[in-house]
Amino acid sequence: MPINTNSNGYTFGYALVMTLLVAAILAGVAMLLKDRQDAEIRLDKMKQILNAVDPIDDKSKVQGEYEATIKEVIIDQSGKIVTDNAPAAFDLDLRKEYVKKKAGDPYHMPVYVYEKGTKKNYIMPLHGSGLWNVIWGYVALQDDFSTIDGATYGHAGETPGLGAEITKPWFQDQFKGRKFLNGKGDYELRILKGRGNELEGKPHLVDGMSGATITGVGVDSMLRKGYMTYKTYFESVN
Amino acid sequence: MSQVAEAAVKKSEPLFSPKNRRLLTDPLDDNNPITVQVLGICSALAVTTQVKPALVMAICVVVVCSVANLVISLLRKGIPSRIRMIVQLVVIASLVTLVDQILRAFLFEVSQQLSVFIGLIITNCIVMGRLEAFAMGNKPWPAFLDGIGNGLGYGAVLILVAMFREFFGAGTLMGYKLMPQAAYDMGYMDNGVMATSTAAMFLIGIFIWIQRSRNTKLVDVS
Repeated sequence: MPINTNSNGYTFGYALVMTLLVAAILAGVAMLLKDRQDAEIRLDKMKQILNAVDPIDDKSKVQGEYEATIKEVIIDQSGKIVTDNAPAAFDLDLRKEYVKKKAGDPYHMPVYVYEKGTKKNYIMPLHGSGLWNVIWGYVALQDDFSTIDGATYGHAGETPGLGAEITKPWFQDQFKGRKFLNGKGDYELRILKGRGNELEGKPHLVDGMSGATITGVGVDSMLRKGYMTYKTYFESVN
Repeated sequence: MSQVAEAAVKKSEPLFSPKNRRLLTDPLDDNNPITVQVLGICSALAVTTQVKPALVMAICVVVVCSVANLVISLLRKGIPSRIRMIVQLVVIASLVTLVDQILRAFLFEVSQQLSVFIGLIITNCIVMGRLEAFAMGNKPWPAFLDGIGNGLGYGAVLILVAMFREFFGAGTLMGYKLMPQAAYDMGYMDNGVMATSTAAMFLIGIFIWIQRSRNTKLVDVS
């Protein structure tokens, strides 16, 4: 007896079986590949951290270079370095720590101290929100804790060509040599609206992105929030 | 499923008969998905700044298009006609998800670069168009070839556009510097327009122009 492929029962049954089958296949593959994907994500994070001070193109060298030059430090809400029972700095979820901070609970923050030859930088990880989704970044500071040696940013869902420009060299490179603080020691770094502003002799100003003002504001407040979080630590090291 | 098995057994013509070969070659020129059917333009403008992402995108579309065509063709007699579009979409979406997961595990940087565009293969009109127009009414083997052909036709244009854009926009190909330093010293500059999607639109326009002036079959006489 031929099956009536147009009957309601068949249609529903077909849809049900198909959905279950596809779900099983996709879930299986996702589980199978998870370890490898996580390893790639870890490696990419190391690469991003190093990018703030010393960009490496060769992926196979990233882990070695990271382990040789970066020391992970963890600080608590009072800016003191925590050594006992400290959570792993690398795996700390900044978003959760900022939630704790907002609620007034004790929290931890990671700092990546880079040392190679005579060069020493304090790399401050950042977390904030762009227009569509989270944005993050790593900013390398000189030991005056004001001058930026390099910055690298990432995003989860900004618009290509607009907000996603924060990952481009033209945007990141202009942070080199900029200063967070003015002569009086107050926070003064600002991202302007649009590109092509007159920046000569103004070490506290950075060009924004035309058509992506909200992402620019997001980076601006991420930098401010991040710097303020680490301020007490920076002062204690200084 | 018995009908499907029967259909597979009944194959009598050779695997690469002239008719089957045309399925592969037609989309490369006479029936190119981009320049003739004008499908998949969005991603052709977006992922063609460099050759490498364009190449990966092309491979992904070839894989998704051919396997989706094959699967739908195998299932074609069992698919309830009222939900056939949904079935097609589920097949495409799961294949794209698979490709995306594999890229994330093995080609992380490229997957970051292609970001949303891999997911957008799902909405690429070429894939769905071939399923509805060809795979639903043809045997698995021709459908598979048709998928490869259309994927290649799409990929060829993508890579060609990317080659022009990367060379004139950055002086490189596949990341290797090809434009000699002497040219820069003499005042040559990389063309910034080539880095924007506007350039891709002009390039595709020029391709269509050249193709139509060469290929008389494409000239619209109405």
